[in-house]
Amino acid sequence: MKLDLRKLKLRKVNETLQTVDPKRNNKNYTILNPEGNHAICAGLTDDIDVTVKGHVGYYCGGMNQNANITVEGNVGTGVAENMMSGKIHVKGNASQSAGATAHGGFLVIDGDASSRCGISMKGIDIVVKGSVGHMSAFMAQSGNLVVCGDAGEALGDSLYETDIYIKGRVKSLGADCVEKKMDNKHLKKLDKLLKKAKLDKLKSKDFKRYGSARKLYNFKIDNVSNY
Amino acid sequence: MCGIVGIYLKSKKFEKDLGKMLSGMLINMESRGPDSAGFAIYKKEKKEEIKYSICINNLAFEKFKKGITGKIKFTKILKNSDHVILSSKEKPKKVLDILNEFKGVSLVGYGKSIEIFKQIGNPKDVVKKFNLENFSGTHGIGHTRMATESAITTDGSHPYSTGSDECLVHNGSLSNHNNLRRDLTKKGINFKSENDTEVAAGYISNHLSSKKNLKETLMSGLGDLDGFYTFITGTRKGFAIVRDEIACKPAVVAETKDYVAIASEFQAMAHLPNVNMAKIFEPEPGIVYSWGN
Repeated sequence: MKLDLRKLKLRKVNETLQTVDPKRNNKNYTILNPEGNHAICAGLTDDIDVTVKGHVGYYCGGMNQNANITVEGNVGTGVAENMMSGKIHVKGNASQSAGATAHGGFLVIDGDASSRCGISMKGIDIVVKGSVGHMSAFMAQSGNLVVCGDAGEALGDSLYETDIYIKGRVKSLGADCVEKKMDNKHLKKLDKLLKKAKLDKLKSKDFKRYGSARKLYNFKIDNVSNY
Repeated sequence: MCGIVGIYLKSKKFEKDLGKMLSGMLINMESRGPDSAGFAIYKKEKKEEIKYSICINNLAFEKFKKGITGKIKFTKILKNSDHVILSSKEKPKKVLDILNEFKGVSLVGYGKSIEIFKQIGNPKDVVKKFNLENFSGTHGIGHTRMATESAITTDGSHPYSTGSDECLVHNGSLSNHNNLRRDLTKKGINFKSENDTEVAAGYISNHLSSKKNLKETLMSGLGDLDGFYTFITGTRKGFAIVRDEIACKPAVVAETKDYVAIASEFQAMAHLPNVNMAKIFEPEPGIVYSWGN
């Protein structure tokens, strides 16, 4: 089914996708002329396939559950923000805060993602085939961030238990983020993620793993005299 | 919030359509700034002539014309809604002094090729009021304002111009503008408003007048201007964008062989010709991107 945003209001398009009748059995939707609109495919709950033909604005696929969304273009700020499950595949570049606060699901970005990719992520798996900007995985709590290119300044600042895998260069690490040993279980997990993103040719051993030094978890009693 | 837009033409192909392209961009950025709007257009220049863009507010055009006749020798005077474009071959200092003393009007910019129009109101209405669609030119910059730092007035609207053929639009807010304003006032720069962006425009004028080029000026601005910003700035032959190092304020660039378009959001440029084939990228924080000089 084709949904043309030049002919239909965004609210109508999103309503159609949010209330798919399971008896109708139509699981394939195409959105035409997105023209940078915001909140396209926000709040989807059903297991449907949506292809967006063009560039979109902010919060594309926000709060997604179960849906499989492909964007054939660039995405603005906060793609897949607070995603719970399902998959979002961006064929172009992503702006800042991709996958912000997302609890689950899978986000693949073919191009680059700019600053704060995976900020406060809570369980999502993100694979970026290009590079990510500064402060990526800031306060990231759980899930995996895989970057096949480089990472900008202050990677993983104040992070909790997210695993970060970077193939390229890291400009600098944020507070409490350290390089960690790559064990077999990490290599296996990374292989699985790369395969899922159709990046079978990349080798998990070429990546480095970063995570939390866990030094900011608790207040250090030695510092009490500073207050 | 605020929306900023700009177009720089790399070829002559779209010179006649510049106004139409910019007008669509401003209208699409209404959601980011419904309080006021403005634009600067760089048009063809005439030898030895300087154009002065003046907002005459509620003053009758004939009254203004009468008021300056005999004081300023002008070659052309054109009314466009509540703005007037005055062309003159006289020395700029003399003209500026007379205009600055003229009660009830405000000079919004001057230069060989620049024309500036700005007014309070919805971008859609502002664009229509000045017939932006019919403008042609080589490059242009526009702004839709959601007022935060100062009042919704014409003087509080962008673009700001504090030097010949210079203009600046800004999305963001500066935190050290009061200190900078004091420093720049001592150096002879005049400010009309309490607005933070006007200070940034003054800063740029001051640096450009000391023979720095646009790129160098903006590079030093990264160290001196404290706050959140994406700036688009124009000069007679140039055009540049810079974002502060934190880069909270958005920007997207689309470049084709014919033009460079910049906007706060992609939706501002979705109507531009061949935009889907353009090279589209987000300017990196703390890096100056410039075209022309």
